Amino acid sequence: MLLIHCPYCGPRDETEFSYGGEADIARPLEPEALSDAEWADYVFLRTNAKGRFKEQWVHTHGCGRWFTMVRDTVTHEHGETGVFGGFEPDAVG
Amino acid sequence: MSGPQFRLPAHVPMGRRIDREAPLAFTFNGETFTGYAGDTLASALLAYGAFPLARSFKYHRPRGIWSAGAEEPNALVQLEAGGYSQPNLRATQVELYSGLTAASVNAWPSVDFDMMRANDWLSPIFPAGFYYKTFMGGGFGAGRWWKLFEPFIRRAAGFGKAPAVPDPDRYERMNAHCDVLVVGGGPAGLSAASIAASRGCRVILADEQAEPGGDMLAGDRVVDGAPALDWVAATLDKLDAAGDVTVLRRTTVAGLYDDNFATAAESVGDRFGPGAPAHLPRLRLWRIRARQIVLAAGAHERPYAFPNNDTPGVMLGNAVRHYAGRYAVVPGRRVLLGTNNDSAYRTARMLADAGIPVTVADARETPPASLAMEAEHAGVTVESGFAISAVLGDRRVRGAKISRILPDGETSGAPRLVETDLVGVSGGWNPALHLASHRRAKPVWNESQACFVPDGLSALGVRAAGAVTGAESLADCLEQGYAAGRDAARAAGRTKRSRKPALKADDSAGPAPIQPLWAVTSRRPGGRKGKSFVDLQNDVTVKDVALAARENYRSVEHLKRYTTLGMGTDQGKTANVTGLALMGMETGRTPGAVGTTTFRPPYTPIPFGALAGRDRGALFDPVRETPMFDWHAANGAVFEDVGQWKRPFAYRRGGESLEAAIDREVRAVRDGVGVMDASTLGKIDLKGPDVATLLNRIYTNDWSKLRVGRARYGLMCHEDGMIFDDGVTARLGDEHYVMTTTTGNAATVQAWLEMWLQTEWPELRVFATSVTEAYATATVAGPEARALVSRLDSDIDWSDEAFPHMAAVTGSVMGVPARVFRVSFSGEASWEINVPAHRGLALWQALIDGGATPYGTEAMHVLRAEKGFIIVGQETDGTVTPFDVGMGWAVSKRKDFIGKRSYNRPDTARPDRKHLVGLLPLDRKVVLPEGGQIVTDPAQEPPVTMLGHVTSSYRSPSLNGGFALALLKNGRNRMGDTVHILKLDGGADPARVVEPVFYDKDGGRLHG
Repeated sequence: MLLIHCPYCGPRDETEFSYGGEADIARPLEPEALSDAEWADYVFLRTNAKGRFKEQWVHTHGCGRWFTMVRDTVTHEHGETGVFGGFEPDAVG
Repeated sequence: MSGPQFRLPAHVPMGRRIDREAPLAFTFNGETFTGYAGDTLASALLAYGAFPLARSFKYHRPRGIWSAGAEEPNALVQLEAGGYSQPNLRATQVELYSGLTAASVNAWPSVDFDMMRANDWLSPIFPAGFYYKTFMGGGFGAGRWWKLFEPFIRRAAGFGKAPAVPDPDRYERMNAHCDVLVVGGGPAGLSAASIAASRGCRVILADEQAEPGGDMLAGDRVVDGAPALDWVAATLDKLDAAGDVTVLRRTTVAGLYDDNFATAAESVGDRFGPGAPAHLPRLRLWRIRARQIVLAAGAHERPYAFPNNDTPGVMLGNAVRHYAGRYAVVPGRRVLLGTNNDSAYRTARMLADAGIPVTVADARETPPASLAMEAEHAGVTVESGFAISAVLGDRRVRGAKISRILPDGETSGAPRLVETDLVGVSGGWNPALHLASHRRAKPVWNESQACFVPDGLSALGVRAAGAVTGAESLADCLEQGYAAGRDAARAAGRTKRSRKPALKADDSAGPAPIQPLWAVTSRRPGGRKGKSFVDLQNDVTVKDVALAARENYRSVEHLKRYTTLGMGTDQGKTANVTGLALMGMETGRTPGAVGTTTFRPPYTPIPFGALAGRDRGALFDPVRETPMFDWHAANGAVFEDVGQWKRPFAYRRGGESLEAAIDREVRAVRDGVGVMDASTLGKIDLKGPDVATLLNRIYTNDWSKLRVGRARYGLMCHEDGMIFDDGVTARLGDEHYVMTTTTGNAATVQAWLEMWLQTEWPELRVFATSVTEAYATATVAGPEARALVSRLDSDIDWSDEAFPHMAAVTGSVMGVPARVFRVSFSGEASWEINVPAHRGLALWQALIDGGATPYGTEAMHVLRAEKGFIIVGQETDGTVTPFDVGMGWAVSKRKDFIGKRSYNRPDTARPDRKHLVGLLPLDRKVVLPEGGQIVTDPAQEPPVTMLGHVTSSYRSPSLNGGFALALLKNGRNRMGDTVHILKLDGGADPARVVEPVFYDKDGGRLHG
């Protein structure tokens, strides 16, 4: 069981988190302008990397925040986490 | 049995780990025995001799106790009876308690008379792969043969029996964190724990035995000129006194996982048997997160194979030493020890000291001179260059033959007969790499020590020490333990300094090299008779491995699956390495080149009860009850589970049948007024300036024009365009909305909103807060609903003008702030009244007192199905679009939303997809089966053309008969057709395809 470093709460057991798949899959700004193949690529296809993989997790049974984490899909080594922009915790009165 | 005649007398200075003042009576296979406190079941039985106590898996040969620990392949017992019973326990690890009752697990019909022994005599027809070839192979009728023989084979091959009644015991789970987890309490483990503790670490030491000490428990080792067990006791005292050290005895570390997470099973009440003190759990499952791990798991001795090496009275050499030294049991009068390494000399010396005649057959031409001399001085006969080549006797060892052994395992010259009734065999040591393997650390082959050793562990935060690294001397184990403990403390960030203890072991000279020996074989024609076993638990012989090689099952994974080598409850702890070394010899490869299979958790089996812990029965899953639950329970409610919620399915009055109750409830709503507890619906408060933008992107329909005080129904889809939830969202203020979701999807929808808000649209200023349990909800529906709600103590104007359909009003109801939505899932005029949860029951009671009939989920289903309203998860299954269910009106053409682009994908845009339709059975008495497949021709030969399935089906009192909703291929173009719905028990019901609205098609009733 991984010990995941939530950027908001610190190290916690993997069972507190939910997996959100590959990170940086941006939703197309103009879906109607895409071909069927391009849209299918966004909806259905993911990198499925062997090795280092940037993915997103959410601390479901914790702070509820989403963040990104790089994990090696072969060794399970994991490291750098990143936060999403916008509504930062500090900004919440 | 003729008494414990093989227990050494009390004056012999051995067996200090048993308490001769505390005799314990126990029962095995129906006979009564006596052992002592401190015994294991195995040691207590061996005091009566090395008699057969099991039958082997395939050939049903008599088998005796083979080892003194976790690696035991033979002596599997069923402990106790009834709910307390546990199958497949290793007698070598069962601590004796008064009144213990156990039986052999594989001895059908009995250990002494075994009709399956025929398998042994018929063994030429039962080679490796027999089952696959005969029953699973591609030959004609193979499957039928399997069907015929399976029950017989299963009974013949079965291990223990699962208890047939619920487990009465309690199990616990414990979470722990530490700087250093030390696995194993032998010399290396104790040494590591000691230094780590002295450097300020929080330490957990887990040892699987009743007392730490490992190999030193045999009692023949010396540290600093004193018995090694004195050092063990002093070290344990020191650890117990240290503040942050937990010593877990009887605790098997069963699995190692990522980031140094370990699971361990601690035997607590288990060792007292069924009479254990009530406050003790039977077992405790530890979940330990360690910064660093010291792996000091030791090593398992391995045998070498020779004909009839499975005869009771043959066992591992170190097991002979442990039974003698620890328990004062030597189950023989004259002992033969076969070895290819130094370890047998300790055993020989100990037995000689007890006055037992010993012969050592050392495969090495020149054993270390000092050892040989010392042994012969003690009266031991040493036969250099000899190996055991046969065992005589059937149910007991009656003698043995030794032969001159050549380096390739061939024998030369005539064998020599040795008078013996107890044979100890050592072919070297296999480090216990299981936990390293759990961490995916591939072991490497050490040629000079002829064993696999762990590799690549330190990068994982694991440090190996002691016999698990291949270390053979006590001095090395102590030294490695010290180094591992010191390094682990440093890596865990503990910088406190402490002095290195100056320990002097009795063997600092180190061992002489091993001479690898895997099997004593003769390949000459008419060669040696009798089977030579590699894997005792699975009856895999040297010949089976050779056969696998001949048939080209040469990969270690194929070898395992073809011969079953290394399977079963022991997972080949004493067999694997020998098996793959023999495969290497057959195929001209080193054992390292053959490689090992991967060990997986658990190290030894863990009862399911320990894994489940308290998560069983009422505590298995939380039960969620609404504020009105007690009223429902007291008023005839039959509950159904919706997720974790208990929802009333229907309320039975008097002796009324369930069907009658549902009919009555439906009529009450259609003709008068009904009230339903809708508190379980998901409720999400949405606040912020950008809520409307969020709703526009999440829902398929348009939300820009929703005014304060109005509500709207919406559909949510995934990006693939398929429906995943629906519900009503109301606007309570300029920047305040409340969204309702289906009961089962409340958490999913909340997470869905959060995901989009946080990862994709962080610029949207919206807070989404679950308020599901903050409100109790009563849905009041029916032509008399307005009259009823108008009588409530409330400041709300309930008239159709002030409070029209799809209006959302906040006001006071019974003195508390309420949110009321005029929405309808029944087709009748209907108000959903939300009040703070603590007032839910009072509101409910007032509505009942006002004359409302309570109705449950089934009446609700009938009412909504009559109107053709879908239920997500019933009419939809993740492959259904809004257009498929005829809700294209709820899909905006002007704006983008999640899933929109997918409606232009060719398959999603097809006009002949499955559509939601209504079905009316031609026979009005029939209620079609939900899930029933729809066909046009029930007589069609397979493969039958399936057109869809029934999604909802009920009896309707309003329609006076059965009706259904269905997903039907091209259904909107089949209106008026007759289709057939297949029944489970054969046959089919004809039904007419109709529009999926059966009642009040123009919706006039909505306005009350």
